[in-house]
Amino acid sequence: MTTQVAATAATTDPAAARRAKARRATGGPAGSGAWRKRLEILLFVTPALVLMGLFVVYPIVSAVRMSFYSWKGFGPMNDFVGLKNYTNVLADNVFTDAVVHNFIIVFLSIAVQLPLGLGIALLLNRNIRGRGLLRTVIFVPYVVAEVIAGVVWLQLLQPGDGMIETLLRSVGIPTPEQGFLGTPSIALWTVFVVLTWKYLGMAVLLFLAGLQTVPHELHEAAQLDGASWWQAQRRISVPMLAPTIRTWIFLSMIGSLQLFDMVWIMTGGGPANATTTMATYLIAQGSERQNFGIAGAASVILFVIGFVMALLYQLLVLRRDTQPDR
Amino acid sequence: MARKTRAAALTALCAGIVMSITACGGGSSSSGGGDSNTITWWHNSNNQPGKGYYEQVAKDFEASHPGVDVQVTAMAHEDMVAKLQAAFQSGDVPDIYMERGGGELADHVAAGLTKDLSTSAAAEIKKIGGSVAGWQVDGKTYALPFSVGVVGFWYNKDLFAQAGVTKTPTTMNELYGVIDKLKAAGITPLSVGAGDKWPAAHYWYYAAIRSCSQDVIETAATKMDFSDPCFVKAGEIVKQLVDKQPFNPGFLTTPAQEGATSASGLLATGKVAMEMQGHWEPGVMQGLTADGKGLGDKTGWFPFPAVEGGQGDPAVQMGGGDAWGVAESAPDSAVELVKYLLSDKVQKGFAKNDMGLPTNPTATGSVSDPALAELIKVRDSAPSVQLYFDTLFGANVGGAMNDEIALLFAGKATPQDVVDASQQAADQES
Repeated sequence: MTTQVAATAATTDPAAARRAKARRATGGPAGSGAWRKRLEILLFVTPALVLMGLFVVYPIVSAVRMSFYSWKGFGPMNDFVGLKNYTNVLADNVFTDAVVHNFIIVFLSIAVQLPLGLGIALLLNRNIRGRGLLRTVIFVPYVVAEVIAGVVWLQLLQPGDGMIETLLRSVGIPTPEQGFLGTPSIALWTVFVVLTWKYLGMAVLLFLAGLQTVPHELHEAAQLDGASWWQAQRRISVPMLAPTIRTWIFLSMIGSLQLFDMVWIMTGGGPANATTTMATYLIAQGSERQNFGIAGAASVILFVIGFVMALLYQLLVLRRDTQPDR
Repeated sequence: MARKTRAAALTALCAGIVMSITACGGGSSSSGGGDSNTITWWHNSNNQPGKGYYEQVAKDFEASHPGVDVQVTAMAHEDMVAKLQAAFQSGDVPDIYMERGGGELADHVAAGLTKDLSTSAAAEIKKIGGSVAGWQVDGKTYALPFSVGVVGFWYNKDLFAQAGVTKTPTTMNELYGVIDKLKAAGITPLSVGAGDKWPAAHYWYYAAIRSCSQDVIETAATKMDFSDPCFVKAGEIVKQLVDKQPFNPGFLTTPAQEGATSASGLLATGKVAMEMQGHWEPGVMQGLTADGKGLGDKTGWFPFPAVEGGQGDPAVQMGGGDAWGVAESAPDSAVELVKYLLSDKVQKGFAKNDMGLPTNPTATGSVSDPALAELIKVRDSAPSVQLYFDTLFGANVGGAMNDEIALLFAGKATPQDVVDASQQAADQES
């Protein structure tokens, strides 16, 4: 959000300058007018810049600084350890496993939520009865606060007499002895199912919005040529939706890398570190073990991974969407 | 139009200025220190009767010390811990705050954040006696414990009777017998909040306290040396217990005390027969039941049993508590207030309101809750109360230890792994 604001601020700058120049050329009160314009720009940009500096730049700088020290969270930060925190983090199995968990979620989200979301969006784009209701049902989980959704699912998934286990047992499906969240081998998959329930709504919403931009004429022409519904979707809707899909993949990827709330509420990274993510790792190290240096190093690594992936994706995939048509 | 823009710009400017002023202002304002007539005091008794009682105590102190203004802040425990952490980071510590002792206190002392009370409160320290040991660093006392409790097994008397258990266990083998009987009667024997790690870790601490001699534990605490084989034996005892499968289903992610499905909630609602927890358990259970009574008079308690061939004294209990610490920057009147908080009068009121287990010997008789009164007897007859290891060894080593013990509960770590992980964390620190 902040970056968006800053970006618009940055783009107004040259445009405004050009306008100011234009005004000077017409022979108005030259010097003072340009000055005033600049001042106005400064006034508009300052709040955004202050916010960004305070809540984005400063924390990043402070995390990077912290990552080079051994610091318990109080007293002077003067025990410089160089890159030791980084080597400790990278040598820690819990962290490397957490990175693996993050990437499992990244790829599973795309592999499962993309076809599922696309299918539902295509269905809901048709004129079916109760369309509004169905759209609401699918979209509501996304609107619910993540912590609340986590607590609700935690209760539903209670081992023994939780609602889901009771339901499954009553139709003869065996449930794991330690519960879905308590068994290390399936805990991550359980979390992923809940995440899909939560975030499918956003995919469907984006895809539905994208489908509205597909010109109706194309479908009419295809119909005249005798194309079936399936052919029309495959050859027209999905290709026309490609920019939306690429944007959604980007958002999903970044969200999966930063995954924290749902895991923290449902498992706290357990059982036996089976669901730790990079974010839960750094919170546990920082606020529970007071290893602020280790937490700083982990957060810098998370930042670098996220930044590199975002940059690569922008360069390789999104560029064709953002470049103007020629 | 232009006028409107200018007005908007002015507003934006003002907003920007206001924001930057408040942002900068945060650093320079300070509540503690400076003013010698204002005392800030943070505590976690945010429910009645404790909250009202402490307000009255502050008023009484103000009346007897003219000119002194006591600013009391009552917070929920978790909030207080988080705020204290932030306060220590900024160095702007409240004048009187709660100190848990052990490695955490040692770090605060090393950073010069807390006052040495050894001489200014010598009489109170003498009166409290052995309990202050957890709040001493290099022979100096930095905080006065006002409530010290012990950890043990809380059990449901009805469920024990239902399973035909007539006698509480005194050895691990007897405990296994009780577990078998409960299981045969279709009752889940134990709940443990292994999701929060520390409740599971308490088993290992106790097993180590029973297996290791007092000297070995003291050496471990002062030299961070876990090489004695008794620490591996502690892990083996825990593993043996876990292998008996006595715990509630899903115990690996069960929280300690949040909600009816937490470990304490399961005991409070009669879903399990026992849980090993601290002295706060009756109060926690009251909060988790609809009628606010917890287990009521069905509540029973027995200490952690003796282990076979153990070097530790089976009468030693594990526990911990809360102490009042005074910030280094605090005025002298803050020390006076802490001394007043430990006085016979205030501690007696503290006991009468069942706010904890008082440390002043003249107040121990005033506790009205029968379960707490029983615990005080156990505590005072113990040769010593060993501080929880995660507090004793500090957040880092204690945290590494707890993480590995949780893995031991999950069958993903060996008894040797627990020792290795703790030693590794300790070696990284030095």
